[in-house]
Amino acid sequence: MRTESRIYVGMGVFFVLIVVIYFLWSGDSGNSIFLVASALLGIMPGLYLGWWARRMNPRPEDVETVTANEIEGVVGYFPSYTIWPFVLGMGAFLTALAFVFGEWTAIIGMGFILSAAIGGTLSSKPKASSHK
Amino acid sequence: MTREIRAELTSHNDLKVRSKLRLGRLVKVGGLVLGSSIVLGACNLPSFAIYKGATTQGRDTFHLFQLFTIISIPVLLSVFVPLLWAIVRYRKKDDSIPKQTHTSIPVEVTYTVIPILIVVFLFIVTVQVENKVTAVSSHPNLRVNVVGFQWGWKFNYPAFNVTKVTQGVGGSSVYPQLVLPEGETTTIHLTSNDVVHGFYIPQFDFSRYALPGVNNYFDFTPNQTGTFIGRCSQLCGLYHSEMLFSVKVVTPSQFNTWISQQSHSTIGA
Amino acid sequence: MTIAPERLEELEGQPPQHGPEPTGIFKWLTSTDHKVIGKNYMYTSLVFFFISGLMAELIRTQLFAPNNHVVSPQTYNELFTIHGSIMLFIFAGPFVFGGFANYLIPLQIGAPDMAFPRLNALSYWLFLTGSITMLLGFLTASGAAAFGWVAYAPLSNSTYSPGAGPDLWIVSIALVGFSGIFTAVNLVTTIFYLRAPGLTMFRMPVFTWNMLVTGILILISFPVLTAALIMLYADRHFGTHIFSVKGGGVPVLWQNLFWFFGHPEVYILALPYFGIVTEVLPVFSKKPVFGYKGLVFATLAIAGLSTGVWAHHMFTTGTVLLPFFSALSLLIAVPTGIKIFTWIGTIWRGNLDFKTPLIFAIGFIVAFTMGGITGVMLASPPIDFYTHDTYFVVAHFHQVLFGSAVFAGFAGFYYWYPKLTGRMYRENLGKWHFWLTFIGFNVTFLPQYLLGLRGMPRRIAVYGPSDGFTFLNEISTFGAYLTAIAFVIFLYNFWISWRKPIPAGDNPWDGHTLEWATSSPPPSHNFHKLPPIRSLRPTWDMNHPEHADWKHHQDETATKKVNEKEKAL
Repeated sequence: MRTESRIYVGMGVFFVLIVVIYFLWSGDSGNSIFLVASALLGIMPGLYLGWWARRMNPRPEDVETVTANEIEGVVGYFPSYTIWPFVLGMGAFLTALAFVFGEWTAIIGMGFILSAAIGGTLSSKPKASSHK
Repeated sequence: MTREIRAELTSHNDLKVRSKLRLGRLVKVGGLVLGSSIVLGACNLPSFAIYKGATTQGRDTFHLFQLFTIISIPVLLSVFVPLLWAIVRYRKKDDSIPKQTHTSIPVEVTYTVIPILIVVFLFIVTVQVENKVTAVSSHPNLRVNVVGFQWGWKFNYPAFNVTKVTQGVGGSSVYPQLVLPEGETTTIHLTSNDVVHGFYIPQFDFSRYALPGVNNYFDFTPNQTGTFIGRCSQLCGLYHSEMLFSVKVVTPSQFNTWISQQSHSTIGA
Repeated sequence: MTIAPERLEELEGQPPQHGPEPTGIFKWLTSTDHKVIGKNYMYTSLVFFFISGLMAELIRTQLFAPNNHVVSPQTYNELFTIHGSIMLFIFAGPFVFGGFANYLIPLQIGAPDMAFPRLNALSYWLFLTGSITMLLGFLTASGAAAFGWVAYAPLSNSTYSPGAGPDLWIVSIALVGFSGIFTAVNLVTTIFYLRAPGLTMFRMPVFTWNMLVTGILILISFPVLTAALIMLYADRHFGTHIFSVKGGGVPVLWQNLFWFFGHPEVYILALPYFGIVTEVLPVFSKKPVFGYKGLVFATLAIAGLSTGVWAHHMFTTGTVLLPFFSALSLLIAVPTGIKIFTWIGTIWRGNLDFKTPLIFAIGFIVAFTMGGITGVMLASPPIDFYTHDTYFVVAHFHQVLFGSAVFAGFAGFYYWYPKLTGRMYRENLGKWHFWLTFIGFNVTFLPQYLLGLRGMPRRIAVYGPSDGFTFLNEISTFGAYLTAIAFVIFLYNFWISWRKPIPAGDNPWDGHTLEWATSSPPPSHNFHKLPPIRSLRPTWDMNHPEHADWKHHQDETATKKVNEKEKAL
């Protein structure tokens, strides 16, 4: 977790450095905003990960000499197949097309999105296929 | 006149002037002697198909380009020669497992430090040439206003009230000619009426965007007479490829004769 | 022979229970398996690559002769706009971060799937629909978008580009952009949270590292593009004047927004391919990556710097701070150079087995080095003033991007083809594919450098007979046709390997990373057993215990300890 945090924070700090140089040199506020946002994008998740890294024991994937008996727990739940992402995708597509062809495609699209939301939620109960 | 220009300068031009001052000081000490001696020394070297630049600014660009090209040759070789050697020499002969080299710190340091040195050198020469190429004279001999529009150019000599403009649209255009005096500095004021155009004269080794809402200034000091083609470099719609013009560089006396012959506000080529 | 610290450890009691797996079209529609989605991505983007390639051939045919009229100027503008947009947004990016990364990242880090399988499926559907939207423009009355893939305002507003075509372009890029953002979120999360035990960050394969950095770059840059597209749409339809002078807007803002996305985008397209090459070279020279950590830091440096160089696309606007952007752009050559030398270091004193993937990887190094060097030239503002928007730039970025996406992309495709399908491609045909592509590619793009230096602007539909561009354009077009033939050979290779399969085995190349430790193609949820992970190359360690990397590292640690002791004494 520590390395992950450092990558983000490192990038954030680099952008801070760049934005300071750029702003002092050019006095251009518009473009500096991009860089400030990029710096935040690095620093915020980086600090969050760092905060967690301090509060927890190293995970098995962070330990170089891990042995089999240190590994426990479930890796995650991985669905193998479901139609709802497809339905949601088509819904998003039709809704997006409304920006070109008018509202009527959005009405159909919203129908798809709604059914995908309901269907997806109902089908997302973890079944037997959770992973250790 | 200078005042007017100053007032017209958009903030970015201010910014450029400021940065130029600071960097200029920085760079002058270290790089001037080294850089310019190499740039000047490059005169007798091959031109690598690069236009030599028909203005003093363009000539500087040419020398910089030449320098970059010359430096790029050993850099290219530093990759291709070992690559070729590896391909020929280390071709598979048997199923043996070669020595498992993970790293070599001296080698890594070498290929990090040398590129940094090259890049720093290139940056120093770049800044020097860039300052010369983008410098705008406060007392030019001539001012021309250039406006790009779909699909043509308008050249206006404000001091003489003479205007040349593209006639017709598309394949049947009559292209205008920009006449400039040799050896004298002309400041071009470039802008656009509609979309972004690129004011591009290949043989001057120079182009600049004509941007709506932005006033761009740059200088040409032609160093040879002749007629050169000018083009639009930035896609501007249907007849982008037809947005041609020509630049004719004449001696100052010829220029004076030419400009006096033009009736005021003449239209056409 | 010593024995590795642990033999295959059992990570799972039993394989997961599943109902009957859907097949055929239902598999395509409903699967959330990263391998199926990865393949879908790959094949979809390849189809679009061929469509876009045909457009390129049409463009080259138009430019074959002066004053040519194969297509009208309007069609020509549409063709290069959609060619560029497809190649950058739909082929080069999704091919690798939707296709290869999706397929390989979970395998390389020993995970059962991506972190968010359903989001992954949604990304694919957004990508597919977005890609189709891009082509829909050709069916509208006003034609497809015709303002170049960069869509410079104000040419892209409703006054100068009316009609549905440009709107479809905006919607298409927005959909593909969201798909990219979702994939990036998925990749970063997967890499951070689903690594196998013992697989620390500095034991990740370089491809995985590069995909992580690419993911972060996507998260930085794509939202900016989406925002810019929304503003452009608002300008076109809601009467705002963000990018038009008339209402007090600033056209240059579009260029700033676009390139703030656009330059990281270039590295989003390049870094994954660097990763592929860094996987291929060690395996075919039977050596570890040379200077692994240096390479990782160079990748991170590229990521950082690439976000600070956007305005080098705007040197000729006269509105940017030239020395700042020039300095950063020149500086980015250093980590890129480090990578190139690392690759040479990797094959140095190896045992090079010249299979198709290796040849393609070396072709990539050649193309990319040339493109990189002209890139350094373009980072110098005065040189850029001369060559900006000419064929010099066209040649430069095709050498870089074609070099990456095609040479490295196909290196990866041939390399992982046995893993993807369990079958072997035909080696001879692969070599024919390479040599025709390589010759065709150089014949196409090297003359374009000269064309640029002689002053041929990009995106012009016609040139005059007296311009002196004719001969070089003829050569270039000839090269483009040669490249097209090469891809016919590729398709034939693909077809024959499918019809008359040669089984490849699980690990035909003696691969180094975890994906070669499972079967080909891998089972649902990837691994029944994982080898112990004690170094960067677990599969190599397992197959070559006497040359295992962990021993090298052990020796290293031992020497360190001895040194420390000596110092202490």
